[in-house]
Amino acid sequence: MEALEIARWQFGITTVYHFLMVPLTIGLGLLVAIMHTAWYRTGKDQYLRMTKFWGKLFLINFIMGVATGLVQEFQFGMAWSEYSRFVGDVFGAPLAMEALLAFFVESIFLGLWIFGWGRLPKAVHLLSIWCASLATIASAYFILAANSWMQHPVGVEMIDGRPVMVDVWAVLTNNTLLVAFPHTIFGALSVAGGFLLGISWYHLWKRRRDGIDTVGADGRVVVGSDPARGRDAADHKVWLRSLRIGAVVAVVSFAGVSLTGDLQAKLMFDQQPMKMAAAEAACHDGTGFSILSVGDLGSNDCSDMVAVAELPGMLSFLANGDFDTDIRGINTLLPEYQERFGTHLPDNPIYGERAGTEIDYVPVMEVTYWGFRIMITFGMLAAAAAVVALWVVRKGTVPESKWLMRLAVFGILAPFGANSAGWIFTEMGRQPFVVAPNPDPDGIDNVFMFTAAAVSPGVSLGELIFSLSAFTLVYGALLVVEVKLLATYCRGGVPSAMPELQHGSTAEGAEKDDDGGPDGGDGTGGRVKDSGADDVLSFAY
Amino acid sequence: METLPTVWFIVIAFFWTGYLFLEGFDLGVGMMMRGFARNNTERRVLLNTIGPVWDGNEVWLITAGAATFAAFPQWYAALFSGLYIPLVLVLLALIFRAVGIEYRGKVDSDRWRSGWDWAIALGSLVAAFGVGAMLGLTTTGLPLDANGDRVGGAFAWFNGYAVLGGLAVVGFCLVHAAAFLALKTDGDVRLRAKALVLRWLPVGLLPLAAWAAALVLRNGKTVTVVTLLVAAVGAVAAWLLAKAGRDGLSFAGLGIFLVAGTVTIFTAVFPTVLPSTLDEAFSLTVESASSSGYTLGVMSVVALFGIPAVLVYQGYTYWVFRKRVSSSAIPAAHAVVAQ
Ligand code: HDD
Ligand code: HEM
Ligand code: HEM
Repeated sequence: MEALEIARWQFGITTVYHFLMVPLTIGLGLLVAIMHTAWYRTGKDQYLRMTKFWGKLFLINFIMGVATGLVQEFQFGMAWSEYSRFVGDVFGAPLAMEALLAFFVESIFLGLWIFGWGRLPKAVHLLSIWCASLATIASAYFILAANSWMQHPVGVEMIDGRPVMVDVWAVLTNNTLLVAFPHTIFGALSVAGGFLLGISWYHLWKRRRDGIDTVGADGRVVVGSDPARGRDAADHKVWLRSLRIGAVVAVVSFAGVSLTGDLQAKLMFDQQPMKMAAAEAACHDGTGFSILSVGDLGSNDCSDMVAVAELPGMLSFLANGDFDTDIRGINTLLPEYQERFGTHLPDNPIYGERAGTEIDYVPVMEVTYWGFRIMITFGMLAAAAAVVALWVVRKGTVPESKWLMRLAVFGILAPFGANSAGWIFTEMGRQPFVVAPNPDPDGIDNVFMFTAAAVSPGVSLGELIFSLSAFTLVYGALLVVEVKLLATYCRGGVPSAMPELQHGSTAEGAEKDDDGGPDGGDGTGGRVKDSGADDVLSFAY
Repeated sequence: METLPTVWFIVIAFFWTGYLFLEGFDLGVGMMMRGFARNNTERRVLLNTIGPVWDGNEVWLITAGAATFAAFPQWYAALFSGLYIPLVLVLLALIFRAVGIEYRGKVDSDRWRSGWDWAIALGSLVAAFGVGAMLGLTTTGLPLDANGDRVGGAFAWFNGYAVLGGLAVVGFCLVHAAAFLALKTDGDVRLRAKALVLRWLPVGLLPLAAWAAALVLRNGKTVTVVTLLVAAVGAVAAWLLAKAGRDGLSFAGLGIFLVAGTVTIFTAVFPTVLPSTLDEAFSLTVESASSSGYTLGVMSVVALFGIPAVLVYQGYTYWVFRKRVSSSAIPAAHAVVAQ
């Protein structure tokens, strides 16, 4: 084992973990802001309940995003100090912009929103969730600017062996960024869509199981009521509306990821042809898109790869928009890379023990090949399921089947899987480079960096093993806690975010509270009406 | 070319000072979750004083880190990789603390709450100590080689200054938090917080003062003597004002102590950002560690818009949540209902 390997595992694990929270924060944040707006404009009880319920889940998830994001911010300096030195001039800037222009807005306005119920003027309160949500999107933009620069360096000149920024505008309008950003945001929305769909399905199902809602002779729902536990008619509206919103978002966002993903693929064929060839396990030049290739994906000499099923012309279409341009395969690309970037790592101490060893330009093909396919398949499955769901609930509720309910809840995981697979593909497909070379004819020569040179020379293997184990253990435990909490709050339904509903107060009661009533608590409100507007901040604590 | 790196040195000093001033009291309040707070209601009073603001305060740390990356990549790389183990501990502490603050009220069980209370208290303590050690060492130096890498093994950074810096930040946080609670709570909690300020202020502020004084002696710049005196005046004023029952002004006095103290420290070390204890030639300076003029220029424009905006809307949150939190207003905990 080498420090480099551990550092890569650590970066991969912590980042993929961070990106479990991130898409839910981005997607759900936007949907909660929209729900809050619907409540603000119509005053309808169901929108208030939706805002509070989904808002609560949003917050449980958000904090984990914050806690794990901190690690990301520090990790570049800690484990990748050579990388930080090499790219600092251009890479640090978007990170600092993200902190200054997005993270502050996000955390401060979210604090205002959480504690602002009944305390802030209603319009300001609404504005605060919008500021927080838009800031999460802005933060995605800046961090993706940094990441896109690693994929496709622009806006720099080599001075004294380091890329020095000469054009910040080019960095912030990198064409890689302009497609990766919408792709990632749509991917995040598809996570939120699946989340709404699965949980709402569960609640509609439970209302049927408990005999609250029944189905009439025409197949239409007959909505019942169990007001004692807040499961009245408005509750039915909450879940049906949430389910439909979730399903529509899932379908629309899949259209979004497909369109932007196609653009991304076209760019990648130009910018990182080896990554796309590896994604296709395409050894020889050709036009066909592999549906299934067998052989030893792990061996990179491509001798035994056989495409079992191919869509003729499809690969050309993905890369070029036509059906008959030959796309360069690995066997063609490899000598080109070797000629341009060398066959062996230079004998430079920054490469540590790897100095002078042969460079492997082909990324791990199992990962790129299956990563690419899992991303697309999981996304497609989620969207197809959403279409079916929309049709199934057209008469106002879900079937009694327990298995369908389980499927809907389980399906929440699919878009998460697609997102992780997308990132793992993107990042591992870039190997052996940490900063991939920009092959544009007018691109910048010599701005690239091998991952082998990026790791901190001063940090020992022991230190890295310590941190990798510590983070992995803590992250694993916290994931269990988070999922359990989310599950408890999901099962509790709306009253878990609005306890006043448990006590039989009806829509009017809830309405009253928000007419500037003294209740500040999003959580424990209801019962403390007499304590004065000043000091009830008991939302969460 | 000379001015921009200096400007950015000041900006980063400003972020660290803002961080210590703001997160100072919320870290301190976190530490007081055990020991100071006597029961669950008091713990909730404590958390509610920082609830709406602590996350915004923590962003000052993120921004200090990210701004260092952008403006002084060499400093960022050397400091963060050199202090690898302490930073891992700081990160874990901050993770537990953040999650604890948000999750402790989410399950109605005493074991659950007391577990997270410990996480918050210890997390706050370790984070404050670690950040203090890191700041202490960035002013007194690490064993860096010519490339800026730490030599000598995983604990080569460990020395008295790391401990002094750690104690300085922990002590300041506790005093600052007590003054904050005196200002933000009512009843018994407030009285005890005031007593704590009066009794422990001199002890709590001593390590920070000692650290600043040591740097003044080492670097011998006259201005720093003046700012150190200002800091001392701030500390004495904070104590006298607390005695006179002027909670707000006493808190401000602590602010003066902190600002004057950090100004002393950063002025004393300027223009070195990270000394090497092996060879002065390897020390990182404002000049040698900084990004290009273009990058610093771009970042200056961003900061020129960003910083005032942050001050305005963060100030606004403090204004919105300016009222005291009292234990009589804390409702009973509720359990999530499983339907
Ligand atoms: C596409 C989006 C995206 C990506 C690729 C990343 N993040 Fe992230 N990050 C967010 C989107 C986001 C967010 C949506 O803005 C979060 C998630 C939850 C949250 O609180 O904000 C966040 C939180 C978050 C925080 C805490 C902010 C706070 O306290 O409010 C930090 C310091 C980082 N991230 C840093 C990073 C770094 C250094 C990354 C690169 C490896 C990274 N993130 C990848
Ligand atoms: C949040 C989504 C992201 C995920 C899931 C992700 C995933 C990964 C994975 C799996 C690796 C390991 C690759 C390998 O070892 O072969 C990696 C490496 C890396 N990524 Fe990302 N990444 C994400 C975003 C980013 C962003 C936004 C940046 C920069 C701003 C970034 C910078 C890096 C760096 C510096 C490495 C170096 C380590 C290496 O190449 O092994 N990543 N990432
Ligand atoms: C037809 C469907 C899709 C196509 C053609 C497609 C295409 C691509 C391509 C080419 C990349 C790599 C870009 C690079 O190397 O920088 C990528 C990355 C990624 N994909 Fe997809 N994708 C599709 C569906 C999805 C779905 C359904 C999701 C998630 C729900 C998703 C999430 C991601 C993510 C998170 C990344 C990494 C970040 C990025 O580079 O933007 N993709 N996708």
